[in-house]
Amino acid sequence: MAYKTIVEDGIDVLVVGGGLGGTGAAFEARYWGQDKKIIIAEKANIDRSGAVAQGLYAINCYMGTRWGENNPEDHVRYARIDLMGMVREDLLFDMARHVDSAVHQFEEWGLPLMRNPKTGAYQREGRWQIMIHGESYKPIVAEAAKKSADQVFNRICVTHLLMDDAKQNRVAGAVGFNVRTGNYHVFKSKTVICAAGGASNIFKPRSVGEGAGRVWYAPWSSGSAYGLMIEAGAKMTQMENRIVLARFKDGYGPVGAYFLHLKTYTQNCLGEEYESNWFPALQKMVGKEYLDPEVSHRTHRPIPTCLRNHCIINEVNAGRGPIHMVTMHSFQDPHLEEVGWENFLGMTVGQAVLWAATDVDPKNENPELTTSEPYVMGSHATGCGGWASGPEDVSPPEYFWGYNRMMTVEGLFGAGDAVGGTPHAFSSGSFTEGRLAAKAAVQYINDGKADGIRVSDDQIERRRKQIYAPLERYRVYRNEIVAGDVNPNYINPRQGLSRLQKLMDEYCGGVTVNYMTNEKLLNICLKKLKIMEEDLEKLAAKDLHELLRAWELKHRHRTSECVTHHTLFRKETRWPGYYYRGDYMKLDDENWHVLTVSRRDPVTGEYTMEKAPCYHLVGDLEDKALAELKAKEKEEEKQAEPVVGE
Amino acid sequence: MPTFVYMTRCDGCGHCVDICPSDIMHIDTTYRRAYNIEPDMCWECYSCVKACPQYAIDVRGYADFAPLGHSVRVRREEDKGTIAWRIKFRDGTEKNFLSPITTKPWGKHIPKLADVPGPNKDMRQSQNLYNEPKYLRMDEGGLHTLEAAGLSMKEGVYY
Repeated sequence: MAYKTIVEDGIDVLVVGGGLGGTGAAFEARYWGQDKKIIIAEKANIDRSGAVAQGLYAINCYMGTRWGENNPEDHVRYARIDLMGMVREDLLFDMARHVDSAVHQFEEWGLPLMRNPKTGAYQREGRWQIMIHGESYKPIVAEAAKKSADQVFNRICVTHLLMDDAKQNRVAGAVGFNVRTGNYHVFKSKTVICAAGGASNIFKPRSVGEGAGRVWYAPWSSGSAYGLMIEAGAKMTQMENRIVLARFKDGYGPVGAYFLHLKTYTQNCLGEEYESNWFPALQKMVGKEYLDPEVSHRTHRPIPTCLRNHCIINEVNAGRGPIHMVTMHSFQDPHLEEVGWENFLGMTVGQAVLWAATDVDPKNENPELTTSEPYVMGSHATGCGGWASGPEDVSPPEYFWGYNRMMTVEGLFGAGDAVGGTPHAFSSGSFTEGRLAAKAAVQYINDGKADGIRVSDDQIERRRKQIYAPLERYRVYRNEIVAGDVNPNYINPRQGLSRLQKLMDEYCGGVTVNYMTNEKLLNICLKKLKIMEEDLEKLAAKDLHELLRAWELKHRHRTSECVTHHTLFRKETRWPGYYYRGDYMKLDDENWHVLTVSRRDPVTGEYTMEKAPCYHLVGDLEDKALAELKAKEKEEEKQAEPVVGE
Repeated sequence: MPTFVYMTRCDGCGHCVDICPSDIMHIDTTYRRAYNIEPDMCWECYSCVKACPQYAIDVRGYADFAPLGHSVRVRREEDKGTIAWRIKFRDGTEKNFLSPITTKPWGKHIPKLADVPGPNKDMRQSQNLYNEPKYLRMDEGGLHTLEAAGLSMKEGVYY
């Protein structure tokens, strides 16, 4: 193979992945490191890459402190409630106290944020969400990143991180190949900000055939954030915390604006409200601390996302499906109807296509909802990702090791899906995390922490051989058969992906088993994943496009393995509605009010699991209203006591 | 839903190949025109549809759940700063939408940070990012710290 080796040397900050996290990182790195060499390596084209490629109709994380709306600590409480307590509150607080400054800059750059004509503040969709015309959200932030970076390398599939040969556990750059030219790219860098994506397509999707592309998270989100970091020996956290989404059926169109802004609601096939029927039993599973519908109702405390899923899943299993979103009332208002449609056109065009194809007009009928297959990511209502250091002024000792957003591998930083324990960051929060990581990375370099890095030719050559192995395998064995894809010596990436999806679905809690798993199933899962790893050594790629898919599959496989280890480790059902441990069907705060942390030894491939403390920065009370409520209840109890005594 | 390319409109310019986030728009070597090589990895994100100067790319809903006879067409005009959509239902109903995509001339209001005054030592040691604290609330207030927010670390650990 005549592919060239192209070495980019002397990089200070290498940003892997040019999505919202990566663009934020590259933009900010230039301010703190005006003399530094900043490079972005992006798998696609930075103008339309990452989860926001298609656009967004809302920014889901905005405090609005400027308008007196929320403070960072309010957001920490919200995310903690939604994730059943399991979050990194230091990282969340840090993101939340900075996120508004990112949004204010977006507006200055030209992103159309809607305004409330009465108050002049940004148009709220919900307490945390503001509405935008965000079709060009990605091109706009890409422009900012391009202005800051020395160079953007588009169409580079980064396969591995480079490690320092002089000092153990220190990063030294990354390697990959150009999807168009096939050339081998070596990026030697003092720091790496991993801003690659979470994972779609590791659990079997509900769709079949052609429709498999209509996944909730982008199909190009290949879990590379996790694949790259786990391979490098970075510690991971909360990887069991996969997410299941309640969305419009088949198209997976977003429901946020519908619930929050359009005031639509759900009902079962009989037209009945069904959620509250499931709450008493659910409360027994998770405890009153996590589900108290009465208090939620009176204080507007949200019911956690997973628990609402639980109600849909159980209502459907009880034979009262489908669940409908009641849109017919709101859609009679032409303005709200327009908002409803533009919501899809701005971020999930496929849902509009589906409704057009099936003549569903939400003005005339109530569309169906469903729960999706699970996804592994870290910026929506879920917190999978790397175990990162927090900021100096907030984090307790167990959460702090020198540099904000640095992983347990020195010089390796993270943003967006790559950082664990920080749900509800969404687009603006991921961009903000990129900025935080960039500032810290520059400081790390200025402190001399990256001095003396050495990358051996041997390491570079070893990775080169590994990267192109699937092309070589195809060349060697292809002509042993007449035609087609059935070959006893190899599997292709699509065949491998199907195997991964099937086994994760059946053993690790996918849709076909109603999100149920247990210790026995998870152990079988690990065994099958191990055998699959052997077969991944025999992956064949007939061209560069298939080589891209081969490496995406390897990242997805590594992610799946980590997810399975974490799911096995946490012996409780913390998030009913995301997944169930059939052998431990209750939430168990006594033993599991902790964050789970794993590390895969890069040499042996063995995982070590540990519990890490889960610190709460803010009190249990959700807001003033709840505090008053509880005080009142106490007062009433006091007054009631003598009466009972008599 | 998966894209397809009209034979008579495509001139093989490759804009779609260049922009597709999923790397599935490729040039057919026989016809020298673009096509979708992997429909089941298409997110119907419309990036290629918007980028095509010939309006040669369209979308036909996924065969496993979308009946034929619909269309969702788009025209994105960067110079005007708008995007226009036309939705055609299977039963012939039509809906049209027009939205802004930017409020400023393209890229002009994004600062080049290599040219702005750089940070001093105090700023490096603070928790502030570029343009902060000003941009946090567009006032003179400072960044939130734990103390400022009246918060303290609370044990939440049970082993």
